[in-house]
Amino acid sequence: MSEMSYRDAIRAAMMEEMDRDPSVLIMGEDIGIYEGTFRITAGMLKKYGAKRVIDTPIAEAGMVGTAVGMAMLGLRPIVEMMTVNFAIVAADQILNHAAKIRYFSGGQVDIPVVIRGPHGAGVQLSAQHSQSFESFYAHFPGLKVVAPGSPADAKGLLKTAIRGKDPVMFLESAALYGMKGEVPDDPNFTVPFGESRLAREGRDATIVSWGRMLQLSLIVAEKLAKDEGIELEVIDLRCLRPLDMEPVYASVSKTHRAIVVQEQWKPFGPGAEISASINERMFDELDAPVARVTGEDVPMPYARNLELLATPHEEHVVAAVKRVLYRE
Amino acid sequence: MTTVESIVDRSVTQKLETMLLIRTFEEKSAELKAAGHSPSMCTSVGQEASAVGVISALDERDLILTNHRSAGHLLARGADPNRVMAEIHGKATGYCGGKSGSLHISVKEIGVILTSTIVGGELSLATGVGLSLQMLEMQGIATVFFGDGAATEGIFHESVNLAAVWDLPVLYVCENNQWQAYVHRKETMRIDHISEWGARYGIRTATVDGNDVEAVAAAARDAVAYIRETGKPFLLETYTYRLRGHMEPDDQAYVDKEELSRWRSKDPITALERKLVTDGVLTATELAAMKETVRKKVEAAAQFAITSPYPTLDQLTAGVYA
Ligand SMILES: Cc1ncc(C[n+]2csc(CCOP(=O)(O)OP(=O)(O)O)c2C)c(N)n1
Ligand SMILES: [Mg+2]
Repeated sequence: MSEMSYRDAIRAAMMEEMDRDPSVLIMGEDIGIYEGTFRITAGMLKKYGAKRVIDTPIAEAGMVGTAVGMAMLGLRPIVEMMTVNFAIVAADQILNHAAKIRYFSGGQVDIPVVIRGPHGAGVQLSAQHSQSFESFYAHFPGLKVVAPGSPADAKGLLKTAIRGKDPVMFLESAALYGMKGEVPDDPNFTVPFGESRLAREGRDATIVSWGRMLQLSLIVAEKLAKDEGIELEVIDLRCLRPLDMEPVYASVSKTHRAIVVQEQWKPFGPGAEISASINERMFDELDAPVARVTGEDVPMPYARNLELLATPHEEHVVAAVKRVLYRE
Repeated sequence: MTTVESIVDRSVTQKLETMLLIRTFEEKSAELKAAGHSPSMCTSVGQEASAVGVISALDERDLILTNHRSAGHLLARGADPNRVMAEIHGKATGYCGGKSGSLHISVKEIGVILTSTIVGGELSLATGVGLSLQMLEMQGIATVFFGDGAATEGIFHESVNLAAVWDLPVLYVCENNQWQAYVHRKETMRIDHISEWGARYGIRTATVDGNDVEAVAAAARDAVAYIRETGKPFLLETYTYRLRGHMEPDDQAYVDKEELSRWRSKDPITALERKLVTDGVLTATELAAMKETVRKKVEAAAQFAITSPYPTLDQLTAGVYA
C-alpha cells in the first residue's frame, strides 16, 4: 500500500498497464509535451515516447474514431478527453460505432478502448464545461461506464478497463484529483467491474452514490452519526454499467430506506434507474419512497452563488435523509 | 441602448484607443483573477489588432459569433466594459445576468449573438446565420471568429464547404495565434496558413499581418465589400500571436522563449503607438492622456464588477425555456 492521490493512481494504472502490455497507448490533446491539462500524464511521453503517448490536434471525432480503428486490430488505446464534455463532439464514434461493433459483427470484432477524463461541475466553467455524463453513456448497451470515488478504485478500475475487451467511458471527478488514499502497489491489483462496494456500514437508511458524490455522502454520514445518532449505510456503485444492485438490495432490506445522491440532473438520471430497480425488487420492504438528491435541472449557471445552488451539497443530502426517516 | 454606429469611430487613433482598452481590460481581469477576485478567463493579449481591425470594417447590420477569447471582440464592437467585467465576475449587472461568465457572453443589441467555448462550436452556427441572412434577404453579413485550433476540428471543414456550396454571406476570421491551448500549431498541422484550407473549398481567402491594425482593417474592408457584392463567403486569416497564456493564470513555461520575445517585439500596440507618435498623428502627451482615460475606464469597470450584486437566487431556474 502507498498513500497516493486519485490523480497519481490514474497515472500509475496507465503506466503499469503500459509496462505490462506493449499494445496499450494513450492519445489526447495536450497530453504529451504539456503532460496533460490536469497533469495526469506527467512523465509519460518521456518514458514511453511519442508512438505510445500521442498528442492529437483538437479533433475529438477524429481521435476517438482513430482509437476505435486501432482497437479493431488489437491495440488498446486510452483516449484522454481534456474534459468529458468534449467527447460529445465524438458521440457518433462512441455511441454509433464503439458501442455497437462487437454486437453487430456477431462477436468478431472487439473494441478495447478506454475514453477517460474529468467531468462534473464546481469550478465556474459555466454550462458547456460542467456536465455529468453517467446516464448519457450508461443508456447505451455495448458501453461500460465507470465512475471511481477513491484513489484505490481509480487505479483498480482503470486497470480493469484497460485489460478488458469492451469500450469503457471512464468518468473521473476533477474535484477528486487531489484526494489522497491508500492504494495497493501490487501491479496485479485490479477492481472488477460490476461489484458495488459497501463504503460505510449503518442501519437507518441507505445512501447509493459514486464518484464525487460518494465522498459528499460519506461526510454527511459521519456528521449525522456524530450529531444526531443517525447511522447511514453507504453503497458505492463504482460502475453504472454493468450495474451491481445486489449490495443495494441487501442494504435496503436492512434499512428499508434509500437515497440516491447524484450530481446529474434528475430527469432520466441514474437515480431514476436505481429507484425503479429497488421498487421492482423490494417494493414491500420500503418504509419511504426512494429519495433522490440531484443537481438542479438547469444548464450550469456561472455565478458562484447560482452554481452552488445548482449542485448537491451537504444540506441537500441531510434533508433527503430526514425526509426518508420522517424526521423533518 | 448602445448602438454600433454610436461607437464605431474608424479613425486610427480610435483604433489605438480600443486596442489599449482591450489590453488594459484583459490585464486587469488577469490581475483580479490572480488576486482571487474573479474566476479564470482567456485573454487575447497580443491579438488586439485582429479584433479591432476586423470589427472596424463591419457595420450595424452585421452579426458576430465568437469563441473563448471574446472579450476583445466584444469591446471592439462597443460593449460596455462595466457590463463585460461584471459578467466575468458572474454578477447580476453583467450582460447575461451572471449566467455566462467569460465563457458565453453575448450582447445581442450590438450584434454579438454568440460566444461558444466548445472549440469550433460557433462555426456551423455562423454558416446558419449566413443562410438566414440570405433567405430572409437581410443586408448584413455573419462574421465568425475562431482559432487555428478550431480549424483542426471537422466542423470547420463542413461549415466552410456548406457556405461555399450555398454562397453564403459569411466572413470566417481565423485568428491564427500559433497556439492551441498548450500545444503549438506546428505540432498539429502540415500547413502554416488556415487560408490554404479555406481556398481548397473554393472560397476567396486572404492572410494578413494580424499585428498591424490598419492592414487588418484594409483586408477586412476588402473581404466585407466582396461578401456584400457577391453574397459569397470569405476566409480572412489574421496571423498573430497569443502573448499571454491559454487561460489565467498560466506561467507559459511550455512556450519557446525566443519565439515569445520575437513576437513581443511585434506587439501590435507598441508598434502602433510608435508609428502614430513618429508620424505626428499623436503627441506623447496625447498618448499619455489616452492611456489615462483607458486606465480610468477599466478601473471603473473593475469597481463596478466588484461592487455589483450577485444574481438573485430565483435566477437559477429562470430562462431555461422561452
Ligand atoms: C471541443 C473542444 N475541445 C477542446 C476544448 C478545450 N480547449 C479550449 S480552447 C482550446 C484551444 C483552442 O485553440 P484555438 O482554436 O487555436 O484558439 P485560441 O485558444 O488559440 O484562441 C482547447 C483545446 C474545448 N473547449 N472544446
Ligand atoms: Mg490558436
